[in-house]
Amino acid sequence: MDIQTLTFIIVGLTFALYIGIAIWSRAGSTNDFYVAGGGVHPIANGMATAADWMSAATYISMAGIIAFAGYDGSVYLMGWTGGYVLLAMCLAPYLRKFGKFTVPDFIGDRYYSQTARTIAVLCAILVSFTYIAGQMRGVGVVFSRFLEVDIATGVIIGMVIVFFYTVLGGMKGITYTQVAQYCVLMFAYIVPAVFLSLLMTGHILPQTGFGGTVADGSGQFLLERLDGLSTQLGFAEYTEGVRSKVDVFFITAALMVGTAGLPHVIVRFFTVPKVRDARRSAFWALAFIAVVYLTAPTIAAFGKMNMINTVNGPDLQGVEYDNAPSWIKNWEKTGLISWEDKNDDGRMFYSGDERNEMTIDRDIMVLANPEIGDLPAWVVALVAAGGVAAALSTSAGLLLVISTSVSHDLLKRNLMPNITDKQELMYARLAAAVAILISGYFGVYPPGFVAQVVAFAFGLAASSFFPAIILGIFNKRMNSTGAIAGMIVGIVFTFSYIVFFKFISPELNTPDHWLFGISPEGIGTLGMIFNFVVAFIVHKMTGDAPKDIQDLVESIRYPKGAGEAQDH
Amino acid sequence: MAFKNEDDAKAYWKENLSLMLKLLVVWFVVSYGFGILLVDVLNEIRFFGFKLGFWFAQQGSIITFIVLIFLYVRGMAKLDNKYEVHED
Repeated sequence: MDIQTLTFIIVGLTFALYIGIAIWSRAGSTNDFYVAGGGVHPIANGMATAADWMSAATYISMAGIIAFAGYDGSVYLMGWTGGYVLLAMCLAPYLRKFGKFTVPDFIGDRYYSQTARTIAVLCAILVSFTYIAGQMRGVGVVFSRFLEVDIATGVIIGMVIVFFYTVLGGMKGITYTQVAQYCVLMFAYIVPAVFLSLLMTGHILPQTGFGGTVADGSGQFLLERLDGLSTQLGFAEYTEGVRSKVDVFFITAALMVGTAGLPHVIVRFFTVPKVRDARRSAFWALAFIAVVYLTAPTIAAFGKMNMINTVNGPDLQGVEYDNAPSWIKNWEKTGLISWEDKNDDGRMFYSGDERNEMTIDRDIMVLANPEIGDLPAWVVALVAAGGVAAALSTSAGLLLVISTSVSHDLLKRNLMPNITDKQELMYARLAAAVAILISGYFGVYPPGFVAQVVAFAFGLAASSFFPAIILGIFNKRMNSTGAIAGMIVGIVFTFSYIVFFKFISPELNTPDHWLFGISPEGIGTLGMIFNFVVAFIVHKMTGDAPKDIQDLVESIRYPKGAGEAQDH
Repeated sequence: MAFKNEDDAKAYWKENLSLMLKLLVVWFVVSYGFGILLVDVLNEIRFFGFKLGFWFAQQGSIITFIVLIFLYVRGMAKLDNKYEVHED
């Protein structure tokens, strides 16, 4: 059977599974729609959180970024996992005890202020929207590549599917669908890594193969070989970085703190029955995420080496274009790889200096990896199914946050307090539909900055929500004026810095012009620090929070008496 | 008030914070310390086929994170029982 047919079969089967689960666990009430009735087991919730977390960006492009950036790619590995430590210890158990549906609910009640709630709702919508704009494009790319349709059709197919199970299923449908998606995604990610590790180093575990010797009898370590190849070809050494230490530090921190502040991740911890389960869910979530994150850098290293070998040949003289491996021809059709014969020798050559003749898009690494390594067709098809799972699961989780933010936080708690449960559910579904249409539009007509807006979302979450929630739990005297001032300063500063360097004056976007050498990707950390400082100063000037609020904060600091998540 | 008295509530919170801070110190040292600030020094040391700093940045820190959360979950469960503020 050829790759195309196999892909249809495997993607089709996994799809049938997701949709079946969504129908089977249809949401009956608003409570079900938002938080799955509070009855999800920590292991299931951990898997769902992991699937939610690993977006198309993580699945498709992270290993590619690491392959091309080497050590500098570590910011994503540490940043997107280390945030779970903060989440587990500083946020999840307390927010669960607090027992509200959403992050704006917490901020609004803790800071006894409608203004604080409204600002939090607007931040949540902004963060989720910037995040999802990239996801729909990812969904579209995967569909169009493997169904061989154009990108617009790919996006529309994705929109219909996402709409179907978000709107019908709600949180409960999503939770169990995401458990299935995690399994598909993880399996699809690991299988090619194991194959490559066996082929290249003889180790069955990619994580030890990564540090093993190359299986050609030379006894040379894989990473040593890769470092040597990189220097020879004019790249930086693979295991050394080119970014400044300050920048690496700030980007890692922005990603970590942003992870802990992302509304669609936090909301997961409302869906477990107990405070202890919220802690355990964070553990399971990270454990499941780590399976993929510990594998990503191995895929990056194996892929990079294979790629260099198949393009430049074992003798590093370049492979004749007429004998190019099939993966190069396949991906040339998508425009993501191109070859320009600069020295007219008919041979391809890939390097980091003026000898380079190849333009290779880093996003193809994971999808093309099984083809580059000449793995069986079913592995290629499996990787496609994994990409689809990753893209769909994150979109669905984000859409849920957007729809609850609009129907619950904005309408029910702000504009239309008298609507019934039924109407609220209807508005939630309507909001999801509108959000899908808007993000679908950005999927078909990407504004040209989709890759940047994902990093953007983290910085915004780090500089707005994180300090407000932390202070709300650990500083019981913090008042509403302080928190509001902090959130506004943090998000406005971060937003302006990114917009300035990315969109207003992109020509100035170099380390020389950056504030303290911090790139726009890492600026959310500084925004977060400003948020904390401003909140402290304003608090000192305006007095403590009222006594009943301080008592409320006391009561979320221990687990006993945690009920089901409550509406009011 | 779920605690027997005011002192218990304070002691519980204090123990909670101290556990959290200890684990966060490890969290910081392993990721920002070993993986970023001290990476050049550690890269002089070889750990199987890895430079040690590089290994911490791409593997070791993630493994440590999982262990930290595990210890936290266990430590907090013990603490909840000690002060009898666990859920039924």
